[in-house]
Amino acid sequence: MAAEKIYVFKRFERFWHWSQALIIISMLITGFEVHGSYKLFGFEHAVGYHTVLAWSLVTLWIFAIFWHITTGEWKQYIPTTDKVVAIMRFYSVGIFKGEHHPYRPTQLKKHNPLQRIAYLGVLLLIGPLLWLTGWFYLFYGDWAAWGVSGFLSLEWVAFFHTVGAFLMLTFLISHIYLATTGHTPTAHIKAMITGWDEVD
Amino acid sequence: MLARPKLILPLAAITAMLTALVAFAAPEQIVAASAPQATSAVPAAIAVKKSVSTADHSKFKELQKNFKTGPEVTEACLLCHTEAAKQVQHTKHWTWESKDPKTGQVRGKKNIINNYCTSPISNEKDCMACHAGYGWKDSTFDFSVEKNVDCLVCHDNTGTYRKLPGFAGHPVYERIEFPAKSGKFVEAVDLQKAAQSIGMPTRTNCGACHFFGAGANGAKHGDLDSSLQHPGKYLDVHMNEKGLNFSCTQCHATSSHEVSGSRYNTSAAMTGPAHIRGKADASPAACQSCHSDKPHSAKHALLNQHTDKLACQTCHIPEYARNDIGTELSWDWSKATTMGPDGKPFARKDSAGRRAFDSKKGEWVWESYVIPEYRWFNGTSTYKVIGDKIDPTHTVQLNVVGGGPNDPDSRIWPTKVHRGKQPYDVENKYLTVQHTAGEDDTALWHNYDWQKAIGTGMKAANLPYSGKYDFVNTELTWPITHMVAPKEDALSCVLCHSKNGRLKDIQGVYMPARDGKHWLDVIGWTLALLSLLASLIHGGIRIYSSKKEG
Repeated sequence: MAAEKIYVFKRFERFWHWSQALIIISMLITGFEVHGSYKLFGFEHAVGYHTVLAWSLVTLWIFAIFWHITTGEWKQYIPTTDKVVAIMRFYSVGIFKGEHHPYRPTQLKKHNPLQRIAYLGVLLLIGPLLWLTGWFYLFYGDWAAWGVSGFLSLEWVAFFHTVGAFLMLTFLISHIYLATTGHTPTAHIKAMITGWDEVD
Repeated sequence: MLARPKLILPLAAITAMLTALVAFAAPEQIVAASAPQATSAVPAAIAVKKSVSTADHSKFKELQKNFKTGPEVTEACLLCHTEAAKQVQHTKHWTWESKDPKTGQVRGKKNIINNYCTSPISNEKDCMACHAGYGWKDSTFDFSVEKNVDCLVCHDNTGTYRKLPGFAGHPVYERIEFPAKSGKFVEAVDLQKAAQSIGMPTRTNCGACHFFGAGANGAKHGDLDSSLQHPGKYLDVHMNEKGLNFSCTQCHATSSHEVSGSRYNTSAAMTGPAHIRGKADASPAACQSCHSDKPHSAKHALLNQHTDKLACQTCHIPEYARNDIGTELSWDWSKATTMGPDGKPFARKDSAGRRAFDSKKGEWVWESYVIPEYRWFNGTSTYKVIGDKIDPTHTVQLNVVGGGPNDPDSRIWPTKVHRGKQPYDVENKYLTVQHTAGEDDTALWHNYDWQKAIGTGMKAANLPYSGKYDFVNTELTWPITHMVAPKEDALSCVLCHSKNGRLKDIQGVYMPARDGKHWLDVIGWTLALLSLLASLIHGGIRIYSSKKEG
C-alpha cells in the first residue's frame, strides 16, 4: 500500500508533547506520594520535586499557549461532531476487522473529532482544575493576604486536586493505549517523535 | 527518518529549561522571609564570663557585715534597692498565685492540686525551699513583710546558697546532717559572701528549683533538668555552652522582677515580625519575638506555611528529656505506704538509678528521649483548683489546655502529659490535700497513715473531709518549650505527614499524606484500573482478531 507522508507535528509541538508527558508522569508519581498513596522518594523530596515540576509545567504552558495563539493551531481543538459516529464504530468494531480509520488527518485538521473532544477536555477541564487547585495548594501561606482563607479550605483544595490527578491518570492510560491504534502499533508514536505521519 | 537528528535539539531544550526553572522558580514562592540574624552573633557580654555590672557589691559597706539570717541580707539590699521587694511581692515567685486574665480563675501552686507532690498546703516547711521568701511555714505567713523576700535565691552568684526542705524557705545557718541520719552534712551558708556576689540570675539560680521540681532532677518538667547547666548544641541550641550560651533570662527577659514566659499564661501563637529593641514586648520568651512567625529561609519557604497551625516547638523539640536524666511520666500515690517484706519502709531505683519506688511516695515511671503528646493550645489552661468537683469514674484532667483548630490563637503544641494516681474524697468528690512532709504524727512520710495525713491536710486547706478516701487517675498536661534542638534535628516532614504519624490524633487540620477522602481514592483508582482493563481487553481483541485474519 502506497503511503503518503504528511508533516503534522511541528518541532515545538513535539517538544511540548514529550516534555509535558515527562513532567505530567513525574508529577503523578510524586503527587500520589504526597497524597500518601505510597512511599518512594520520601515525603519531603516528593514535595520538593512536585513543586519544581509544577513550575516547569507552568513555564511550558506559557510557551505552549503563546505558540497556539500565534500559529493559530488552537483551532485544531475546536470540537466537531463530523464523523463521530463512524469513528466510534471504528474503535468498537472496525478496528478488529482491519478496517481503515474513517478519519484522514491533514495538516489543518490533524486530530480526529474524538481526539479533539478528549484533548479539549484535558486542556480546558483537567488541566485548569489541577493548576488552579495546585496554585492555591502551593500558596497556602498567602491565603490570608489574598483574602480567600474565609471560603477556601485546604481539605477541599486538596480534594479537587486529587480528583484532577485521577482524571489525568485515567486519560494518560487511555492515551498511551490509543497511541498504539494507528495502522501499525507504532505509527502514531513515530509521528509524534518525527512529526511525519504516514497516511494510507 | 529525516527528522530524527532534530530530536537532540528539543531534548537539550528540555534539559536547559528544567535547569533554568529550578533556578528561577524557587524564589517566586518566597514569602518575604526576613529571618533575623541577630541571634547568630554572640554579643561579647554574653560570650565572656565577666560581670558587666557597674557595681561591685563586694565593695559596698552595707554588705560588709556578718549576716545572721536571710532577712538581714534582704534588709541590706533594700537600703539601695528600695522598690525591689515590693516588685517581687507582685510576682508568682512570691505569691504562688496566678490569675488568668481571660477567665479570672486564680491558679498557681497555692491553689491548684497537681499529680506530683500534689499541694504545698500543710507541707510548707518543706515545699517553701523553693519559695523566693523566708518563713512561709503555714497559712499565717504575712505576704507584706518586705524583709522576708529572698533576694539571694535568685541573685547569689557564688552557687553556694542553698535552701533545704524543712526550713520554711531559710537556708541553713548552722552545719547540719542532711538528710537526717544520712551521715551527710550541709555546711552553714556564708551569707556575707553570697550577698557580696550579687548578680543577674544564672542557670544555677533558676535551676535550683526549676530543674529539681517534684523532688528529683528532671522529674517534673522533662524539658528542664540539670543537663541544661552545661548543655551541648544537641541538647539546646540556644543554651549551648560553646555556642550562644544563653542564660535563662536571655529569653525570659524580666522587668520589675516580673519574669516573662509562663506556663500559666503562654503566648501560644504570636504572629508578625521579630521584635526590635525599644519596642514594648509583651512576650519576649516566645520564639517569634526573635525569630518572627516566618523564620525559615527561602530554601525552606514551605515551612513558613506551617506557622499558622504549628508552634515552633512542635518541630524543633523532636523529643524532650533528651538525656539519661529523663523525666517522670507517672506517679502512683496509691502504692505509697506499701512496706517491704520486713514490714519496714523501703525504696527502689530503676536501672538508670532514678527513683522507682518509695514507701513514702509511691511508684514512678521514668523515661528519657520522650516523644511529646500533641495538643491544640491557645496559651490558656483551666486548672482544677482545690475544692473543685471531680468525676472519679473517669481520668481527671487536672488542667484542660484551651484552644482548638478553629481558634486562630491556637497552635499545635508538644506537651508532656504526666499521669498520676492520687487520693480524693470519695463522698465530697474532690481531690484531697494531704500532709506529707513533717516529723509530726500525722505526716504521711513519718507515720505512713493516709487517713491522718489527709485529715491534717484538709484541715489546713479549710476543706471538709468525709473521712473516706480512694485513689483516682489524673492527667496533667504541660506545654514543652525548652531543649530546642539544632535545626538539623528538627522533625522531618514524614514524621507527621504519614498515616500513623505523630499528629495522627490531631483533628481539624488537613495534612497531605495523612488525610484525604477514602472514597475518592477508591473511585479514582477504580477509574484508572478500568481504563487500564479496557485498554488491555481492547488490545487483546485486536491481537486476537489480527492473528485470525493474518
